[in-house]
Amino acid sequence: MWELVRANQRRAAMLVVVMAGLLFLVGFVLGEALAPGGGTGGLFIAFVIWVVLTLVSYYQGDSIFLTLAGARRIEKKDNPVLFNVVEEMTIAAGLPKLPDIYVIDDAAPNAFATGRDPQHAAVAVTAGLLETLSRDELQGVVAHELGHVANRDVLYMMMVGIMMGTIVMLADVGARVFFYGGGRRRTSSRSGGQGQLIIVIVAIALMILAPIIAQLIYLAISRRREYLADASSALYTRYPEGLASALEKISHSTAKLASANRATAPMYIVNPLAVSERGLSDLTSTHPPTSERVRILRSMGGGAGLKSYDEAFRKVTGRAVGVVPLGSLAAAQAAPAKAAAPADAATRLERVRATTDMLWRLNNYAFIACGCGTTLKVPPAYLGREIACPHCGTVHRVEPTAA
Amino acid sequence: MMFGIFVLVLIVVAALWVMGMYNSLVGSRNEVKNSWSQIEVQLKRRHDLIPNLVEAVKGYMGHERGTLEAVTKARQQAIDVTGGVEERAKVENALSQTLRSLFAVAEAYPDLKANQNFLALQEELTSTENKISFARQYYNDAVLRLNNRIQMFPSNIIAGMFTFQMEKFFEVETPEDRQVPQVKF
Repeated sequence: MWELVRANQRRAAMLVVVMAGLLFLVGFVLGEALAPGGGTGGLFIAFVIWVVLTLVSYYQGDSIFLTLAGARRIEKKDNPVLFNVVEEMTIAAGLPKLPDIYVIDDAAPNAFATGRDPQHAAVAVTAGLLETLSRDELQGVVAHELGHVANRDVLYMMMVGIMMGTIVMLADVGARVFFYGGGRRRTSSRSGGQGQLIIVIVAIALMILAPIIAQLIYLAISRRREYLADASSALYTRYPEGLASALEKISHSTAKLASANRATAPMYIVNPLAVSERGLSDLTSTHPPTSERVRILRSMGGGAGLKSYDEAFRKVTGRAVGVVPLGSLAAAQAAPAKAAAPADAATRLERVRATTDMLWRLNNYAFIACGCGTTLKVPPAYLGREIACPHCGTVHRVEPTAA
Repeated sequence: MMFGIFVLVLIVVAALWVMGMYNSLVGSRNEVKNSWSQIEVQLKRRHDLIPNLVEAVKGYMGHERGTLEAVTKARQQAIDVTGGVEERAKVENALSQTLRSLFAVAEAYPDLKANQNFLALQEELTSTENKISFARQYYNDAVLRLNNRIQMFPSNIIAGMFTFQMEKFFEVETPEDRQVPQVKF
């Protein structure tokens, strides 16, 4: 596992350098094209934008993200099963600290992890996920998310994502200046001659190409990270079937996650935007096709280690090069998969009820146990008023409850 | 002069290599210690939960005195054990076994299955059981890594020089424990 983390960090550093190079090239050429000799200025502006965005996302990224997703932090008493599952996976992954746990009140089953390092990690799951998945499946999904945390994917994707954003932004601004303001200046400085013309052509080409290149790099990395997190999930749980059937259930769901948008989509376990076109993969998707991920997990042949995953990956995709970095493959130990656990006791109905109750409690609903066996769940607006039980007519006074 | 510098560089490189190797061995050893303490936390938690469970089911399972006593006895043995990893593993596995048969027997008591307190305790104990097995999984991986380092060339040279000790695995149950618990109603 350590080898995997280290291999990830090396690869990450390399790609961050490539992206940074691209970013500064765009800044320089743009500055040079707009005003001869302005290259350093452009470079400086690109650098400042990048540093500011990176600092903001490093320190505030996780809370911004959780707020955008509409996630609410929960305590152990709110949902003991989810808490226990996350605790179990924290131990299996050897993380130093239990991540903060959030729920999103949304019927679409999905999950994501965030936080710049294992000390500041958070996992968020939707109510739909809690309702749809059995305990083993939930464990697979949580293990996948903690795999992202342990492999330092979150920080890395954030850094690369920010650079991609900066490049896109610069190219966009540059294009505007060229079309609306730059034209006049260019004609007046015709004395710049041939050299200037070349730079302008290069700048235009870069403005078109750089955002595309940046996005392709980003997406390729993103897909690779999903595979690796799947491999980590199998390793932690020693039960690849859990994640496989969870992915299947998630991808069969037709509910659409309301709070997801293009900026936040890459963070989720299954791309929340591509509800209709899942199964198709191309260069422009952040996630590998779910059906392929499921097939890989199911082809692991009784193993649960990184080696089994890598072999299954090569077999299913037909690619010669596996997804697990070579150094960590050499150090990986064989890990047999666990046998199937006995069927989950809780039915879907019970899970839906438990999840709904949890959300109501989070929204300060009062729970009143009536003598006739009914439990009244009263919205906070009724606090201090009296209410009659619809079954037996007993009148209850709505007090603020601790539960 | 040239030769002197060459020897000096060689010594420095060798010293750095020994240092790096030694530090990574210490790292592996601490990893083992660390993951062992994680197991102990969970074992302790299980010992603390069991009296509550016995208390909760007592009223419902009067006829199952034998099962309850077996759990209490196994717990006491697990607390009293003073041996090393192997000894610990043996008594804790026995405790897991008795708990499993307790929960299997509980299936026959619908009243008990509807008791919120019992359900919460069952979830806690099942999860603690899982945590123990995940902590053990992590511990065994760490032990394997350390032991490999101690035995494999070239790290075995450094390990031998500074007398690093091989650690023992926390074994999974013995074959007879692996059988499905026999439950008689």
